[in-house]
Amino acid sequence: MIRFAAIRLVEIAAMLVLMSFVIYALIGLMPGDPIDLMLSSDPRMTAADAARLKAVYGLDRPLLDRYLAWAGAALSGDLGYSRLFAAPVAAALPPRLGNSLLLMGSSFALAFAAALALGTAAARRPNSRLDRAVNLVCFAGVSVPTFWLALILILVFAAGLGWLPASGVAAAGGGGLGDRLRHLVLPVATLAAASVGGYTRYVRAAMREALAQDHIRTARAKGAGELRVVLHHALRSALIPIVTILALSFGGLVSGALVTETMFAYPGMGKLVFDAVMGNDYNLALAALLLATAVTMTANLMADLAYAWLDPRVSYR
Amino acid sequence: MQPESGRGDRLRGCRRQAGFRRAALALTIALAPAASGLAPAASGLAADHQSLSIGISQFPSSLNPNVESMAAKSYVLGLAMRPFTVYDADWRLVCLLCTTLPSFENGLAVPVDLPDGRRGVDLTYSIRPEARWGDGAPVTTDDVRFTYEVGRHPESAVGNGELYRRIAGITVKDDKTFTLHVDRLTFDYAAINDFVLLPEHLERAAFADPAQYRVQTRYATDATNPGLYNGPYRISEISAGSYVLLEPNPHWSGPSPAFQRIAVRAIENTAALEANLLSGTIDMVAGELGFPLDEALAFEKRHAGGYDFLYKPGLAYEHVDANLDNPILADRRVRQALLLGLDREAISRQLFGGREPVADGFMSALDPGYSPDVPHYNYDPKGAAALLEEAGWSRQTSGPRRNAAGQSLSLELMTTAGNRSRELIEQVLQSQWRELGVEIRIKNEPARVMFGQSLPHRRFDLAMYAWISSPENVPRSILHSGEIPSEGNGYSGENVSGWRSPEMDRLIDALEIELDRDKRRELWAAADRLYAAELPSLPLYFRSDAFILPKWLSGLRPTGNQYPTTLWVTDWRAEP
Repeated sequence: MIRFAAIRLVEIAAMLVLMSFVIYALIGLMPGDPIDLMLSSDPRMTAADAARLKAVYGLDRPLLDRYLAWAGAALSGDLGYSRLFAAPVAAALPPRLGNSLLLMGSSFALAFAAALALGTAAARRPNSRLDRAVNLVCFAGVSVPTFWLALILILVFAAGLGWLPASGVAAAGGGGLGDRLRHLVLPVATLAAASVGGYTRYVRAAMREALAQDHIRTARAKGAGELRVVLHHALRSALIPIVTILALSFGGLVSGALVTETMFAYPGMGKLVFDAVMGNDYNLALAALLLATAVTMTANLMADLAYAWLDPRVSYR
Repeated sequence: MQPESGRGDRLRGCRRQAGFRRAALALTIALAPAASGLAPAASGLAADHQSLSIGISQFPSSLNPNVESMAAKSYVLGLAMRPFTVYDADWRLVCLLCTTLPSFENGLAVPVDLPDGRRGVDLTYSIRPEARWGDGAPVTTDDVRFTYEVGRHPESAVGNGELYRRIAGITVKDDKTFTLHVDRLTFDYAAINDFVLLPEHLERAAFADPAQYRVQTRYATDATNPGLYNGPYRISEISAGSYVLLEPNPHWSGPSPAFQRIAVRAIENTAALEANLLSGTIDMVAGELGFPLDEALAFEKRHAGGYDFLYKPGLAYEHVDANLDNPILADRRVRQALLLGLDREAISRQLFGGREPVADGFMSALDPGYSPDVPHYNYDPKGAAALLEEAGWSRQTSGPRRNAAGQSLSLELMTTAGNRSRELIEQVLQSQWRELGVEIRIKNEPARVMFGQSLPHRRFDLAMYAWISSPENVPRSILHSGEIPSEGNGYSGENVSGWRSPEMDRLIDALEIELDRDKRRELWAAADRLYAAELPSLPLYFRSDAFILPKWLSGLRPTGNQYPTTLWVTDWRAEP
């Protein structure tokens, strides 16, 4: 297993290098530049100013030169300067990352907990009214557009009832933990509602298959309670495909949710990546996208390693 | 083996109930923090009108007043900084940080003959004696010299470098008085609007390595330092990407501001901006960076009684550039026909409630140089058709007009993708021109592509966008024949139509140096008449800014120019 993990880590590193070049090239190949936009919106700026600013930010150098310079600096720990945030990338990224981890982590935990409960309940009673109701909830969650749901929640709970804030991470001037949690309720609810449907379907399918196994019938025959049958016997079998889905979702913890963040004016990684790419902020875009790539690939590795623990029949040589 | 009946059922029932109770307890614990805070949502600021929360659609990147340029930054800094001079809501040049505008009459402006034969001017300004930075340090000529040093340095990332390039040197008389030696005498000689001072006592250290200034500036590393601001407010808190909180500057000596706190919140999505306004999270939406006009009008229809609405036409000139290298558009009769075939009054009425004044030329009616004596193109489809026939484009039984060579009168129209207002106007233009027999294919692009490539490389037929200008802004870069972007000049210049008019070139050159206001007005009128007659672009409208204000707020006066209303925040009052 150690050899397996080591090979995978090398593959991850190689993939990150390749991704860094691809991302840099794609951003560089995008036509136009935010400095050109600045020129068109400020009557006082001249073409000479635009050219000078491009030189200051190194945007007049060949793409390959810029990439190699970035790569060299990144390898020595310098992630560069973010033009968008007017700050080093190492300073600009962590607050947004923290916001996203909180938002995505909370919604992920809530969605997954709900999916486990709903999916298991539906799997235990296939084709029942409960099963059909859960299916309906799943389809609704998958089908409803996130931006629409966000707007409805804002209009009802913020504008209408006035119970919860409509946007932001905290009240201006700070408001403590309770205030931060209040600001999380609507965006977390939006994201959880959007993802619970998909997760529930996976859990239901996995649990249905697991509950149909012979060893489940044996456990029941031996007198095991239903809770023990479901949690101890069936869930463990069902966990392998569920763990796969979990691993794929891990990247989302750090890549954020652009639409939800925009609707709730929540400064997270999704908006950061979008703004960085559109603003040709190479340093920031690269750092954020490579972080998401690294987390996703590492999570997949952890999932692969977890299979061996979950299923003794799996081994790595 | 069958479970024992009766006792087994009761046991399962008890377990189920215990499970539900545990679940209910867990849910209660999870929601308790939220429930305890359930109260009418607020901005986090007091509802007694001691505070004000403003919604804008962008978050400022750098807060350094001279690094790069951005509307959101100008808006926020309008609360906290004072430039030397600006154009006010009446579009007059006024002193904010200085005591007197230099002029030839008061002797503070002295023309100078330069060795190269050009005429320059020496301008003497005095800093307001009571002006202080937020840490109590006086604003002095040390700050002037330092700001000039930063502005001149090629690596300091200053946005508007032209101003500093024109200043050949500075002579300091005392702590408060200095003279700028400017290498070119233009009619707006006294306007040093972009000369926004930097506090030398705080920023000198950051400028030790000029190439790193944009990284080391305290406006980035220590933006809540009170000493960085000399206006009525100072920045007390920043939540990056979310809001900027400002509090009164204790060392401000001007009229006292009314609000103990101002929060400027960035909410990019306009639907979310509207929801935040309705929920009370924000009190007002800034016209400079708020709703597009059509959305503001729709909001007013739904909520007219709840807010005050102010609409101010500004200097964003919406127009359609014609690529004059296109043989179809090279014919002026075709351009005139296109304009005559548009019912711009009806479009303004239907789409914008009549709030966007139709443009006849590139000058706004509010501009001091404006003259009403320009050709007007009222909607005249018959006249348009006659012009097209005269130009050789014959009406067909179906499809677009054709010329003798069999070519069809077919053009591409481009605008910024995602801009709903422009896309709406585009559809109307396409429809009205179709009735004329002109086929229009719509091909929109993201703003960065359009402004970064398509326009500079002149890869378009018709392009709809806005020119942003300032009062009496000489249109050299957009109308002078020397400013046509090409491969030879590295695609610099904004005369993307490719208009070559020796007369316009002459008028532009003359305008810049004409000091007499009346003569200048004649030159402006001549330039606007020529533009309206030749139509290198088709005038549409002057875009209006829509301000949505709470009923209890008074004193806010939209400017209509690029200097934001926040520069006059000390006039804003909360009515009880």
